[in-house]
Amino acid sequence: MSLRLRDRRLNRSAGGDVLIFTVLAICAAFMSLPLVYAICNAFKPLNELFLFPPQFFVRNPTLDNFRDLFVLMGQSWVPFSRYISNTLLITGLGTAGHVMIASMGAYSVSKHEFPGSRLFSEMVVLSLMFAYQVTAVPNYIIMSRLGWINTHFSMIIPAWGMSLGFFLMSRFMVQVPDELLEAARIDGAGEFRIWWSVVMPMVRPAWLTLIILSFQSLWGDTGGRFIYKEALKTLPYALSQIAAGGIARAGVGAAAGLIMIIIPVVVFVYNQSNIIETMSTSGLD
Amino acid sequence: MAGALKRSAQIQRGPIRRRLTDLWRRVKANKANYLLLAPFATIFFVFTVLPVIMSILLSFTHYNMLQPPRWIGWGNYIRLFLADDVFLIAVKNTFVFAAITGPLSYFACLFFAWMINELRPKLRAFLTLLFYAPSISGNLFLIWTIIFSGDSYGLVNGFLMRFGIITEPIQWFQDPRYMMAVIILVVLWLSLGTSFLVFIAGLQSIDKSLYEAGAIDGIKNRWQELWFITLPSMKPQLMFGAVISITQSFTVAGHTIALAGFPSTDYAAHTVVTHLIDYGSVRFEMGYASAIATVLFVTMIITQRAIQYLLRKMG
Repeated sequence: MSLRLRDRRLNRSAGGDVLIFTVLAICAAFMSLPLVYAICNAFKPLNELFLFPPQFFVRNPTLDNFRDLFVLMGQSWVPFSRYISNTLLITGLGTAGHVMIASMGAYSVSKHEFPGSRLFSEMVVLSLMFAYQVTAVPNYIIMSRLGWINTHFSMIIPAWGMSLGFFLMSRFMVQVPDELLEAARIDGAGEFRIWWSVVMPMVRPAWLTLIILSFQSLWGDTGGRFIYKEALKTLPYALSQIAAGGIARAGVGAAAGLIMIIIPVVVFVYNQSNIIETMSTSGLD
Repeated sequence: MAGALKRSAQIQRGPIRRRLTDLWRRVKANKANYLLLAPFATIFFVFTVLPVIMSILLSFTHYNMLQPPRWIGWGNYIRLFLADDVFLIAVKNTFVFAAITGPLSYFACLFFAWMINELRPKLRAFLTLLFYAPSISGNLFLIWTIIFSGDSYGLVNGFLMRFGIITEPIQWFQDPRYMMAVIILVVLWLSLGTSFLVFIAGLQSIDKSLYEAGAIDGIKNRWQELWFITLPSMKPQLMFGAVISITQSFTVAGHTIALAGFPSTDYAAHTVVTHLIDYGSVRFEMGYASAIATVLFVTMIITQRAIQYLLRKMG
């Protein structure tokens, strides 16, 4: 019996596998259109980009767009590496801090009952439902009172307190069995210790997912609301400025677009394959 | 002994007083939990709760962002419901939109996450990327403007004309009859986002020994497995997905603006949030925009409560 379990996955018919794979493959081809289009566009020479009727695939691929982009990067008034390091700093610190702080808080409310714990989780869920467009003015007032306009704090610190990550982590932590925490408590572990070395390893798929989501939103953030100093601006801002130079910059814009997508895609693939690894090492197949 | 004496003294001090001391004792006992929560709670209150409260207060004022807000009580709300016919169109569109895209995107996320989970691990990460591609590639959903281009070179128009279904091209994003349907299609295509990833992570978090136990208890195929083991084991994630679906389907705006223009022909793709953007960032009537946001907020809370209630009822 146990040998058969190891050989084949449980309750799986070969026909079903084939059917699922076929359906998925057809849908995936359809869903991956924008990615393919982004890649094609980045390698299109200018005359193909403006072809009418528009062409989806590239015919004569060229690296001109990337070459032009790097030339333009070299000419920027603020050294281009500055934009890159700004974005790396904001994305790195923002994501790491958010995952830590949100999951710490999520652990405390999802695994304990204390005065205010229920109310707090309810508030986090409700806060997801308020249209963010109207909170822009109050947010600006708060930022300026704090003196954070024109600092990277204005992008990093609010990212730490995003409701989505807290909600996500607390939903996964609810599932951690209480017996495990009890056992750790008997062994003399404090709450911080339990959070870090018992709960966090158990909800690994959750925080790997949260890293993807947080990274993606911070990476694409132009910082337009609170940052006005050129030397503090971010990569997406700089690239959009380069791409905004009219028709002649369309090719450069396409190359810049591809570069902006590549890094989140790498983070995505790395994290997703780690999520899946968790399963294959502990699972049946 | 001393503790018992103290306790009896507390009981004599009357119910409110006793409750307060009891509360204080529980707060003190949970000091570690408050410490763990404190960093998040502080940032959350300053950058999320405070702005929301300020906006709700602004909704009772006339505020044009130049002069200080002037208190007008329920004025904005009265105007919204009694004197703004475009708002009623927006409400109707938003409800149609939410009723279609909300449930459909939710089930699409669940369905595809589950299907992908059925595959071998190596294929899984790759397919997840392909399905998530629309969410990761920024504004590239604009390729839909090529597919549904209003001239006869648009892919859909060209196809329909070649087979003689239509004789002249359809203005997909300008014609009020088709606008909503096309936008719904695009939004559905974009919907495998946050919930989809969370469902995938949720499926990975299920205890694998449950499936072995299920097989021994007589579960015969993957459908039974899905219904009896998988779905009950990922209830928290399903709840998460429901909240995300509600917020996303009620607040759609960016995509309709990018595809159908702003404002759209005959307001046929005007949603509550585009209405809000109209007043907030075009007309600078921030008080009125805040009132719209507050009404939307209350609507979403009621919807979420109703769905939560239904999910509980179903067990």
